[in-house]
Amino acid sequence: MTADPGTFEQRAHIGLQTPGLAAALGRAMDYRAVQRAQAFAGTDEPAVRAAGEAIRAHTVANLDHYLERFAENAAARGTKVFFAATAAEAVEYVLQVLRDHGAKLVVKGKSMVSEEIGLNPALGSADVEVIETDLGEYIVQLADETPAHITTPAVHKTRGQVRDLFNRAHGADLSDDPAELTRFARDVLREKFLAADVGITGVNFAVAETGSFTIVTNEGNVRMCTSLPRVHIALMGMERIVPSFRELSLMLPLLTASAAGLGVTAYVTFVNGPRQPEEPDGPDEVHVVVLDNGRSAILGGEFHSILHCIRCGACLNVCPVFRQVGGHAYGAVYGGPIGMVLAPLLDGFDAAGDLPHASSLCVACTEACPVNIPLHEHLLGLRREIARSRATRGERFAFAWWGRLWGNARTYRWSARLARIGQLPLVRRRRIRRAPFPLSRWTSARDMPALARGSFRERWRRMEGRGP
Amino acid sequence: MRSSAEPKDFVARPARVLLFVTCLVDLLFPEVGEATVLLLRDLGVPVDFPDAQTCCGQPAFNSGFTDEARRTARTLLDAFEGAEAVVSPSGSCTAMVREHFPRLFEGTCDEPRARELAARTYELSEFLVDVLGVNRVAGSFAARVTYHDSCHGLRELHLSGQGRKLLAGIDGLELVEMARPEQCCGFGGTFSVRLPEMATAMADDKLEQAAATGADVLVGGDTGCLMHLAGRASREGARLRPMHLAVLLAEARGLMSPAAAR
Repeated sequence: MTADPGTFEQRAHIGLQTPGLAAALGRAMDYRAVQRAQAFAGTDEPAVRAAGEAIRAHTVANLDHYLERFAENAAARGTKVFFAATAAEAVEYVLQVLRDHGAKLVVKGKSMVSEEIGLNPALGSADVEVIETDLGEYIVQLADETPAHITTPAVHKTRGQVRDLFNRAHGADLSDDPAELTRFARDVLREKFLAADVGITGVNFAVAETGSFTIVTNEGNVRMCTSLPRVHIALMGMERIVPSFRELSLMLPLLTASAAGLGVTAYVTFVNGPRQPEEPDGPDEVHVVVLDNGRSAILGGEFHSILHCIRCGACLNVCPVFRQVGGHAYGAVYGGPIGMVLAPLLDGFDAAGDLPHASSLCVACTEACPVNIPLHEHLLGLRREIARSRATRGERFAFAWWGRLWGNARTYRWSARLARIGQLPLVRRRRIRRAPFPLSRWTSARDMPALARGSFRERWRRMEGRGP
Repeated sequence: MRSSAEPKDFVARPARVLLFVTCLVDLLFPEVGEATVLLLRDLGVPVDFPDAQTCCGQPAFNSGFTDEARRTARTLLDAFEGAEAVVSPSGSCTAMVREHFPRLFEGTCDEPRARELAARTYELSEFLVDVLGVNRVAGSFAARVTYHDSCHGLRELHLSGQGRKLLAGIDGLELVEMARPEQCCGFGGTFSVRLPEMATAMADDKLEQAAATGADVLVGGDTGCLMHLAGRASREGARLRPMHLAVLLAEARGLMSPAAAR
């Protein structure tokens, strides 16, 4: 899916100017931080994370093997597995399944892969009604937006905004009481579950050994999507796989603790395929679409470990940049630190080449990642690629000269002396309040200290009794 | 937790330390360098300043310009060759040397020197507490103080309260914690000029947290963060005074007069 127009700076400007956005995000993130700390309390966090990292590294390094086993074992229980090389192939496959069943109404559980392939707009064009059934995702759908966060899509909305959305969409007269709003959504969605032709969900982990897959929610909506309609289509990124239930027993709580601060979510749904002859109920057909869409190009390269990601959103929850503006500023499906790495790799540098610079490199993301992906080092790696291939002439020129001048102490001192003279017209009371470009990028909102009249080097000579 | 920073082999008290002053301190905040020297000498540690050093290369390194970063970083390899211990009043520049130099020079003829320097470079508060074993700084400084944990010291050097420990023994100083002292202030080096509006919003977030404590002084161990916060506070006419830990300690010890500090 292509990025929204504009640059990160322009989109972030909109977010920064939105009253109450940073406050709403901050409250949510502080709450997450407390929950996460509680979930990990009493565990040997470094050991659990190291084990998670090892499982992900092993699985992704042997992805071809595990995907093949998953496909075999899933097919043995009647699940149809389709490997989609591109987003377009994935969308076409889903549309074909819907056409085969004459489907008119689809209920969806939250799926970031469906966002990645642009499924909802494609279904809309094909005259299929899609209802998002995760409460947060439903809110976002009513607002005609995309998710602002991987695991909490409506994190940027206040309860008042949700009330207004519901009242407008349904001609209702609800208060902003979360319980009342939730009950209302539940009634609306229940009718849709019963009437839907097809359920579409994501996948949190697929298990190679058994050909089954699992989805975690706190609302039970996914269980409705996977069991009520006659057909269930699950979408997964090709890396979302574990060898067996043994590894799953570690990865699943690691995911839920990191994502929601929970040892286990309220609902953990396992899908083992369509209804078997001896079973009383379940869907007649289960399809799994395994999406590549640029992932295999990342395999084995410098950014390989980004495929270890389990989409918990922990890096978003601690990111001080995300905290100010939320996910929409990134203009990509995946926002926050994971998105800043993934979007340039999946969507290309034309669409998302400015994202790796949307970080202060504070390292909070790397510190939070439950599978120890060195996110800030990937940002640095991408910046190196961007500097090689896309740096502006001005930037190249500036760094080349900077390197030359500051590459030895003599020219460094000399450049500092020149700058001290050059700054004179700008300095008032040891401060610079206005300066021409590029210093204006600083002075637009902050005062700049003037270069000191004597550098430390000169003070040192004085302290040593060698200077004036 | 990812421990890219292997536990340092803390050396015994070195006979002499070399000061890695950093370009920001050299050119913009020389009083921080002076305070660092005065503090170390006060504790009986001889200090020298090798003149060949310029900059650790972080602005270029963080912008993806590796060759340019190596050019200036090499001045540190030259300046500190054979040093027993190198001490810097910056968590970020120390982290650049310790965490990134080995890989920056990987595969070049300078790699052994880079590894050697990485193993011998210390951030000031870490050096005072962990190497010299300073548990208490006697002195007096009457102020309400809040502490900002700069990111690279916290998450790359894994500093864990050495700065606060040094403040704890000072008479008249009341330490009050912000809601999120470990949250980035928005400086981020070139980030602060690439995305000025975002950086400023992050500074405001930090300054609001600090103001909520009622503190007069915000103390930190990195002049980059302090320059950013002071620049914003000054523009907004805020009362809060950002101050480097070294300067506060030197003033509290009576080694430096507040006037000399600027």
